[in-house]
Amino acid sequence: MPTVRIPTVLRKHTGGEGQVSAEGTTVGEVFDALVTAHPDLEEQLFEDGRLRGFVNVFVEDEDIRFIDGLDSPVGADDEISIMPAVAGGMA
Amino acid sequence: MLLEDISQAVGNTPLVGLPRLSPPGYRIYLKLEGENPTGSVKDRVAKYLIEEAERHGQLQPGQRILEPTSGNTGIGLAALCRVKGYPLTCVMPENTSEERRQLLTMFGADLVYSPASEGSNGSVRLARELAAADPEVYMPFQYGNPANALAHYETTAPEIIADLPDVAAFVAGLGTGGTVTGAGKRLKRWNPEIKIFAAEPEYGDLVYGLRNLDEGYVPEVLDLDVLDSRIKVNSLKALTMTRRLADEEGIFAGVSTGASLVVAVRVCARLPEGSSVVALSPDGGWKYLSTGAYAPGDVEEIAQRISGTLWA
Repeated sequence: MPTVRIPTVLRKHTGGEGQVSAEGTTVGEVFDALVTAHPDLEEQLFEDGRLRGFVNVFVEDEDIRFIDGLDSPVGADDEISIMPAVAGGMA
Repeated sequence: MLLEDISQAVGNTPLVGLPRLSPPGYRIYLKLEGENPTGSVKDRVAKYLIEEAERHGQLQPGQRILEPTSGNTGIGLAALCRVKGYPLTCVMPENTSEERRQLLTMFGADLVYSPASEGSNGSVRLARELAAADPEVYMPFQYGNPANALAHYETTAPEIIADLPDVAAFVAGLGTGGTVTGAGKRLKRWNPEIKIFAAEPEYGDLVYGLRNLDEGYVPEVLDLDVLDSRIKVNSLKALTMTRRLADEEGIFAGVSTGASLVVAVRVCARLPEGSSVVALSPDGGWKYLSTGAYAPGDVEEIAQRISGTLWA
């Protein structure tokens, strides 16, 4: 089952878990399963059914904007990471 | 090379091959921006931020400059402000490294600290508040100022094209987004087939410093349309590659360089065999010695121990 890494800022919605497994073969399917298990995440991640602008999602370290968005394929052992968008660390 | 003052010494950095780190059949070259006068790529940006403001009449002689920066831009601005006669205030997170504070202070900059818990977004917030409250200061604001990307459009990318006209891909880290946006646009104008990749460091919690995602921030300078992909690199991978770079290629660089090299190696497989890839090394490792990133010992243990300060 794919795993989803939850950033610290969202862990209050997963009972403190930093890593959650969820079923699915696309990012969208995995996220559906994720928000079913942790309903508070829905409005953190989505706005009108689309990912919020300050959320970056990576499958196996690759930004899904450059793959196929929520339709990006996810393998059974893949890691999906949710990361907040921030100003750069060393700028 | 005879120059009249330090501002003329910005740019024209070496592009150095990495034969030992390149995957078989590919050539990775590293643009050593640590060779700039204050030791980072941000000298290019600092020069453009100041000179574009002068050109457009936004900056008067002797006027104070105020800028949010966690390091390199501030150091570049501080040196140039010294020779150009502008007082400078840098707004930075209070947990930035001692080397950076000492350099800024030595160059005569005034430092204002934002809370470590608010990360780099905190210094952006505080700088905006201070600039709004004081009409006497000029804030270049690297995160939103087109001069940031213009510096790379007009200097970084043309240097790469001159040195390596058949470059197939370019990789740089994402901070403000100025490097990938400016250099990327110029490289694609030269050859639309050139691929542009951004390396996104997976920062420690202190850089994020967010209470909720709505406090997130996407710099206005960053144009995602120029990118072919954005690839995330964690501290362990970045640090491991940075240490290999010293060990195998004799180059001592900051950890952002390792992150971009991880991406450069990864994307080679997507390019025709024989392709050349340029990665940009934003700075040398000198300013990060006190973080312990280069200390002897187990790299996994070191990455774990310093993840809170590595990117701060």
